[in-house]
Amino acid sequence: MTRQYVFVDLARLAKHVLFAFGFVGDTVNSFILAAGMFDSASLVLLIWMLLTCGVVAYFSYRRRVSRLRLRAIPGIAAIEEAVGRATEQGKPIVFTTGWGGDIQRPTTLAALNLLRFVAGKAASYGCRILFPTHDPVIAETAKEIIRTAYNEAGHPDQFREDDVTFVSPSQFGYASGVDGIVSRQKPGAIFLFGTFEGEALILAETGNINGALQIAGTDSTIQLSFFIVACDYTLIGEELYTASAYLTDDRRVQSSMYAQDLIRAVVVTLLLLLPILAMFGVNLYKEIL
Amino acid sequence: MTNRLAWIATLVTGLFMVAQYFIKTDATNAVYTTLLDYYQIVFAVSMIVGGIGLLKQHSLKVQRSSQRRGYSLITIAAILFMVIAAVIFGTGATSPYQWAFNNLQAPMQATTFSLLAFFVASAAYRGFRIKSAPAFVLALAAVIVLVGKSGFGEMVSQQLPAIAGWVLNNPSTAAKRGILIGVGIGSVATALRVILGIERSYR
Repeated sequence: MTRQYVFVDLARLAKHVLFAFGFVGDTVNSFILAAGMFDSASLVLLIWMLLTCGVVAYFSYRRRVSRLRLRAIPGIAAIEEAVGRATEQGKPIVFTTGWGGDIQRPTTLAALNLLRFVAGKAASYGCRILFPTHDPVIAETAKEIIRTAYNEAGHPDQFREDDVTFVSPSQFGYASGVDGIVSRQKPGAIFLFGTFEGEALILAETGNINGALQIAGTDSTIQLSFFIVACDYTLIGEELYTASAYLTDDRRVQSSMYAQDLIRAVVVTLLLLLPILAMFGVNLYKEIL
Repeated sequence: MTNRLAWIATLVTGLFMVAQYFIKTDATNAVYTTLLDYYQIVFAVSMIVGGIGLLKQHSLKVQRSSQRRGYSLITIAAILFMVIAAVIFGTGATSPYQWAFNNLQAPMQATTFSLLAFFVASAAYRGFRIKSAPAFVLALAAVIVLVGKSGFGEMVSQQLPAIAGWVLNNPSTAAKRGILIGVGIGSVATALRVILGIERSYR
């Protein structure tokens, strides 16, 4: 995509966004503000959310990016290698989403999207996948995802319902349960994707001691440092959300990742611009961010 | 058809949850509370299914395995004891359920938590090995923060606690905020992909 086309696209996008904002804003304002229902304290948040959703939806549906160059992320590239390595060793793989998140968290949803890919690979390679969790709702969802993956791979008979285990809702009960599974089963690969808290290092170190290839990914900045030293590969923050775009051929998902980068570029530009404006006495921090 | 229904349910619920955050009325609050109640019902039923699955799994282990049979027996006994004690005697401060929680479960959890001290030491040993220039910067920052934030830091130099504070408040916080901005945008994009059915874990 040449620079000229990029500017034309951005101008067209800006026009659409402004039009949408104007139209939606006028309509919503007239109905909601008049009725006094809108929580005006959240206006900035609403605008940012609508902007993000608008750009992501636009790129996903209307303007799918045709030539997308994806930055290589070693942790994502290693996922298939990890499943293959475990299969060669004749060992199972362990996938867990951490104690910190329930099914409603975007991190858990992103992790379950990755589970679909990992389970698909495991099923096609004939590798056993163990999924311990602290949440019974996640357990039931994961069971369906793994069952579907085995069905699609043509090996429905290899799916074992007992391999998806609801361990314990207690944080360290869950950590002890997963540690026990890792110590007894000696998995070839461990995937720690999701929201982790105090149990992060306990799980990662136990996996390390047992010689498993470990790939982790979380949005928790505190636990990231533990994963970086204890795991072979770590997906940092948003890399977890974009991982499925790397693993799928769906252009809509990949285009939405492009939209994420675009929004981030806008935020970074504002972060650079606003302090300069502040030096000239124009303080727009509270109004914009 | 079933998938389409699942997607429509996701779309409607997702859009409503977003809208109710910004539009506060008695009607939206009532629907929001009802949806949360439904989630609690789903969670409670899933908990029963999960508990039964756990009992089933350990019962099978008792039947099959001779070496680790004892662990499974203890697990089954503990689950049954807690459920029966809570149903018969309640969960009050002097109940057997509370006694078991305070004197068995809490110390066991504390024991697992205490493992972190050893794991932090072993992970730090690996993490702070200086193999490259970035590893040297990491180790240097770690030493400054560790020494500067301890009482020993002031004995070494009066400036060290201030330098440790600067490392924590500036480069460290900047990196964290950079990650959090990406996480925020990624969360909205992921939620939108799920709501619109662009990305879904069900088929």
